[in-house]
Amino acid sequence: MSEELLKRTFEVRGRDFDKAGETSAEVKAILKDIGIDPGIIRRAGVVTFEAEMNVVMYAGKATVTFILTDEDISIEVADQGPGIPDIELAMQEGYSTASDEMREMGFGFGMGLPNIKKNSDAFTLESEVGKGTRVFSVIRLDSNESTHARLQN
Amino acid sequence: MRLREIRDLLQGTVLTGADDLSMEVKTAAASDGMSEVLASPHPGALLITGLTNVQSVRTADVADISAILYVRGKRPGEKTIELAREKKIVLIATALGMFDACGILRNHGLKGVT
Repeated sequence: MSEELLKRTFEVRGRDFDKAGETSAEVKAILKDIGIDPGIIRRAGVVTFEAEMNVVMYAGKATVTFILTDEDISIEVADQGPGIPDIELAMQEGYSTASDEMREMGFGFGMGLPNIKKNSDAFTLESEVGKGTRVFSVIRLDSNESTHARLQN
Repeated sequence: MRLREIRDLLQGTVLTGADDLSMEVKTAAASDGMSEVLASPHPGALLITGLTNVQSVRTADVADISAILYVRGKRPGEKTIELAREKKIVLIATALGMFDACGILRNHGLKGVT
């Protein structure tokens, strides 16, 4: 059984492009302070940032729950948004329902969800049309031995 | 390739990080799509983009990118520059287009990220 070392929750507001990315920056800072391996931090940063951008582009608001245990990092992003009608299609690289305005912000090219999955050791996407979407990502710390050893001591 | 050389080759203007121009970048990623940049790791790389909003710096920060080169004569706003200063990311702007900027840097030995 893994031991929970840290839990933080963050609120992300939809349409707030200026603040988008602040949560991932905080997650990154927390992990850096603890001394987690930079490669693991980068993966957690990409997962959080892409999920945040999805919230900012599509949803009204979301709660990001970040949990660090002695074995892994889990990031859950649960939004109140329109939901995804076809998850299989949404997971295809290049598929996007983004508007031109979203693309002008540098996002909405159909890479976000695939990027989250690629950087996760375990990944779950659940969605209900009209209610919202829940993205759940787990990144294991033992993909880098030095981080794992540091947390054990 | 040192950032100073990049600035000189592209007749660029340094927007922040003038004290860090001796920093070296070995690879570069060029895109206006930030998820494209995030799709593969680029620690210590140069990001070449025409996207000047705050998300360009957020992306560089998440991806551990050391410097951003803005092309097509585009300039970021003060908020973007301020965030880059805070995150210690060097910003350079050039009037050259993406294709020409990439071509010149590639000819001088800078490699793409694979």
